Amino acid sequence: MTDLAIIAAISIFTAGFTISIGCIGPSLGEGRAAAAAIAAIAQQPDAAPTLSRTLFVSLAMIESTAIYCFVVAMILIFANPFWDAALKAVAVATG
Amino acid sequence: MQFSPDNIILLTLGGWGLNATIVNTWIVMALLVGISWLVTRNLRADVPPDRLRTALEVIVKLIQGQIEEVTQNSARHVMYFAGTLFLFIALSNLLLVIPGFSPPTSSLSTTAALALSVLVAVPVFSIASGGLKSYLRTFIKPSVIMLPFNIISEFSRGISLAIRLYGNVMSGAVIAAILLTVAPFFFPVLMDMLGLLTGMIQAYIFAILATVYISSATAEQEPSALQKEPSALNQEPPISPKQPQPPSHNEDKP
Repeated sequence: MTDLAIIAAISIFTAGFTISIGCIGPSLGEGRAAAAAIAAIAQQPDAAPTLSRTLFVSLAMIESTAIYCFVVAMILIFANPFWDAALKAVAVATG
Repeated sequence: MQFSPDNIILLTLGGWGLNATIVNTWIVMALLVGISWLVTRNLRADVPPDRLRTALEVIVKLIQGQIEEVTQNSARHVMYFAGTLFLFIALSNLLLVIPGFSPPTSSLSTTAALALSVLVAVPVFSIASGGLKSYLRTFIKPSVIMLPFNIISEFSRGISLAIRLYGNVMSGAVIAAILLTVAPFFFPVLMDMLGLLTGMIQAYIFAILATVYISSATAEQEPSALQKEPSALNQEPPISPKQPQPPSHNEDKP
């Protein structure tokens, strides 16, 4: 394998791995948060507006870790700095 | 793949590229200012409200109600700030439905600018309500050991605000673009509809988080009302913000 192929393979593998690991935690956390909020609404339907607003905000907080993983994966695939450096090095070596 | 509207250069003026992010931001600003000016042009008591004015009043009342629920008091300057953030982000996310328009919030520079304004607004509102000393005291709030963590959290909350909004809007665009090559005509439309929903929720969350940060920085002045009896939260806080607060270690004593 050439250096470029190794960089590409590791980048793609790591992008998939980032998303797969990074989705587990937030999805478990969001499930727990939603379950707790639904239980609370069932107990106290009067507090439903406050509960749902708090739920939305906390879901966004939890979800942001998954979004960070997504951004890292996107950078690895579409804006990989090592890939660009390797391409530049190859261009220098050949031309 | 077009990743962000930063890379689309529409016009070059003297070696300075005018990219689509700036132009789309201008479009959103012009729409907001233009519609507001059009509606409030003859805002007098003797002119009966028309449809647009009623719609605008509904939006403003909605924002006001949400913010009053969070902050428990009606601070108008917080409403101006958070409401403007909400309207800007919501409109730029809703304009996703127009073909060829990439929302300015799908560029990291726009969201970083919005998060920076929140980062600046928190100390400004806090100092305006309680003075510089009480703002600086919030950094050593539970104890002095927490000082570096409080400083880190101040910056990490700005970064997370920026990346959350950027990641959500950008992921919608990327997923639609990928699906356009895999299964055109139907699924991209569905994902764009999901993107509209996500955009509204993210605009709401951005504004609510900004309100929560600001109100938590300004509500530090009344620790006795917050910590001793939770029922005092629902009342109108009569405590003046200038009141000297008791040292926190005294409150643990019975």
